[in-house]
Amino acid sequence: MKTVCLYFQVHQPWRLKTYRFFNMGKDHNYLDDLTNRSIMQKVARQCYLPMNALLLKLIRDNKGKFRCTFSLTGTVVEQFRAYAPEVLESFRALAETGCVEFLAETYSHSLASLASKEDFVEQVKLHTAMIKREFGIKPTAFRNTELIYSDDIGAMVAELGFKAMLAEGAKHVLGWKSPDFVYTNAIDQKLRLLLRNYKLSDDIAFRFSNRGWSEYPLTADKYASWLAQENGEIVNLFMDYETFGEHQKAGTGILDFMKALPKAILRYDDIEFETVTRAAEKHQPVSVLHCPHVMSWADEERDITAWLGNELQNEAFSKLYALKDKIKSLKNSDFDYVWNFMQTSDHFYYMATKWLSDGDVHSYFNPYGSSYEAFINYMNVLSDFEIELGKALAAKQSRKKAKATVA
Amino acid sequence: MRVLMFGWEFPPHIAGGLGTACYGMTRGLARNGVDVTFVMPHASGDEDKRFVNVVDASDVEAVYGDIYGGADDIMDKISFIHIDSNMVPYISPEEYRSYHDEFVKSGKKVWETKDLWSQRYTFSGKYGANLMEEVARYAVVAAQVARNLEGQFDVIHAHDWLTYFAGIAAKRVSGKPLVVHMHATEYDRSGENINTQTYAIERAGMHAADKVIAVSNLTRKIIIEKYGVPADKVVTVHNAVRFAEKQDEAPERGVEDKIVTFLGRITYQKGPDYFVEAAAKVLKRVPNVRFVMAGSGDMMNHVIRRVARLGIADRFHFTGFLRGDDVHKMFRLSDVYIMPSVSEPFGISPLEAMRSNVPVIISKQSGVAEVLDYAVKVDYWDVDAMADAIYGLITYPALSHMFAKKGLEEVTGLKWNNAAAKIKKIYQEVIDNQRR
Repeated sequence: MKTVCLYFQVHQPWRLKTYRFFNMGKDHNYLDDLTNRSIMQKVARQCYLPMNALLLKLIRDNKGKFRCTFSLTGTVVEQFRAYAPEVLESFRALAETGCVEFLAETYSHSLASLASKEDFVEQVKLHTAMIKREFGIKPTAFRNTELIYSDDIGAMVAELGFKAMLAEGAKHVLGWKSPDFVYTNAIDQKLRLLLRNYKLSDDIAFRFSNRGWSEYPLTADKYASWLAQENGEIVNLFMDYETFGEHQKAGTGILDFMKALPKAILRYDDIEFETVTRAAEKHQPVSVLHCPHVMSWADEERDITAWLGNELQNEAFSKLYALKDKIKSLKNSDFDYVWNFMQTSDHFYYMATKWLSDGDVHSYFNPYGSSYEAFINYMNVLSDFEIELGKALAAKQSRKKAKATVA
Repeated sequence: MRVLMFGWEFPPHIAGGLGTACYGMTRGLARNGVDVTFVMPHASGDEDKRFVNVVDASDVEAVYGDIYGGADDIMDKISFIHIDSNMVPYISPEEYRSYHDEFVKSGKKVWETKDLWSQRYTFSGKYGANLMEEVARYAVVAAQVARNLEGQFDVIHAHDWLTYFAGIAAKRVSGKPLVVHMHATEYDRSGENINTQTYAIERAGMHAADKVIAVSNLTRKIIIEKYGVPADKVVTVHNAVRFAEKQDEAPERGVEDKIVTFLGRITYQKGPDYFVEAAAKVLKRVPNVRFVMAGSGDMMNHVIRRVARLGIADRFHFTGFLRGDDVHKMFRLSDVYIMPSVSEPFGISPLEAMRSNVPVIISKQSGVAEVLDYAVKVDYWDVDAMADAIYGLITYPALSHMFAKKGLEEVTGLKWNNAAAKIKKIYQEVIDNQRR
């Protein structure tokens, strides 16, 4: 039996407003509320609501044979609550079918796994608690931000008690090996790895509407026949949820494609749909996957240079995580909120200067005119946040002292 | 005495030093009893005016006070003539060329500089295809202006190389003496890699002139050494500064840290690199200080990268290009102002900072260093001395108070009236020489 594992990533960052030097010390609202709201509501209208309704119908029609997996970042859930609560409701309806799994990840879609174990664990715990609160489910499998993975990151994830984790089926790591089998982490072999089949995933996510593509137009039947031809035990199709209706607009026929896909696949008797945890349990790992260097699902290079590839990004990153101790000792939820959305990887993505091979994708997602503007804006916000943090800490300490003298 | 002046647009349109200087100087001359006919390039309209006859001067005259407020009696002494042209101060032949090409290709009329928070200029395709052609065309029109105004002026005064051909043409037509004013040399703009065409025009202008005015001794020295102009023909008249009568209230400070400001174009000539290095040194010693770089320019991205690499980006801020009120606001927020220019013919911005009670550090390679006593002077390359000076001014209140107080007195004494009186004397001299 061949397993198809369909997984969707759902994420929106909190976008920062234009924050100038003159705002520092006076203005502590960092977010561009109008943009955040209008993007969220647009994507909800084009993608989240119609797709959730479609998936719910597919699950009901196929009586448990169609299954899929989601992960929702903390920041996107915060935005659902603020601007589109009906989307959250529709995800709950999906959760109740029992055919949908929700993965754990970092709360802020952050790069904490590259900062320190401590930061990472905290982000994961925060996210797990959020999923439990929203959906009443305790996640058993994990996906890291942008599928960032290495042996060490896998070991941390295993230590946190997860049974399975997603990673990219990167050619430079796999070599001659196929992504269509289950692998295990090199340090802790109890952690099973599902690797993305990037060719088949990107056929939908990137190439679907490309009229210059030799396979255009892509039909569900044709796609199902490709899946049937794959040698291997499992085909992992991981993609952004926004592919459906947002990156690929409804006019391209992407929603109709999705509507027809389960039936087209289930026509083959030896193919089934599974969620991540169950798929990982079902198949015996064939090998250990050695991945000493960090990889991701982004760009041609499948590395982390989209977020930490130049001096601007490195500087912003190190200045951000330098605040960790202060945040910890303050324990103030208002500050934690900012701390969380500042960690979102998108902010670092905007500062990328590698525009050669993947410039299209980068500029599509970038609200800034240049990486330098992104950097300046981010650092201005961070500087003000640091000042406020310092003030709040000083106030807290003086309160403590006052208490001590009274006592 | 009546002067025909080829100058540049007045503030607030162009905030550069050239327009500001022309404005102050013209007012000063008027106060000294000189009648000024002020001719300036001005891009407008779309009709082809390449070969147009200049309209009668009275048709295009405008009384400045009507437009810009602050009308007073001296404005009676100034009349204005606009000549349609694309020229703006500081433009290089290469830039002009690229804007023209862009215009031909796309018909785009408003061009923006390629840096952050771009500046806008209007471009019109009816003018010359390259800057040199435009300079020559401007001269032809200037000659026509001089012909129309025959008998209405005694001396010609041209500012910056772009108008030198115009000055020469007016001189040939009218036979009146010519004074050219060097606000900057090609060596200041381009270092040693000069544009030879620009150099040639500057040289031709100065050699054709009866007298050359340099804005500082530094500039005078360059003129004599590099342009071969006889020393007795070159006179230094330092710029002055004119301040708005009312002082706006100090803006509310957002941050408690000390603020050290660099304000200007972020180009090689202004020495932004040295400021960054000095900032890094200061930050190693004192934590409670922030550095601000206000402005934009071709070195901006380079500087941002350097700041990131030095790991001081949380204390080093960029504001982008500032205009009007924001410039004053920035001065008022500053505790130290620094101008580390590699080469600065004069440099008016430290005077504006001093006027806002801010102590200043200036490079010894700036003309303004010649007229200021109450400013810390360092070599632009000496980042240790620069760091030292910043540290001193933010750490010892007595020092910064002294510089702020004495500096304000000093800068208040730098009046355009006095500079204009010197210029008037030069006019008189060239007129007398010609009669002799």
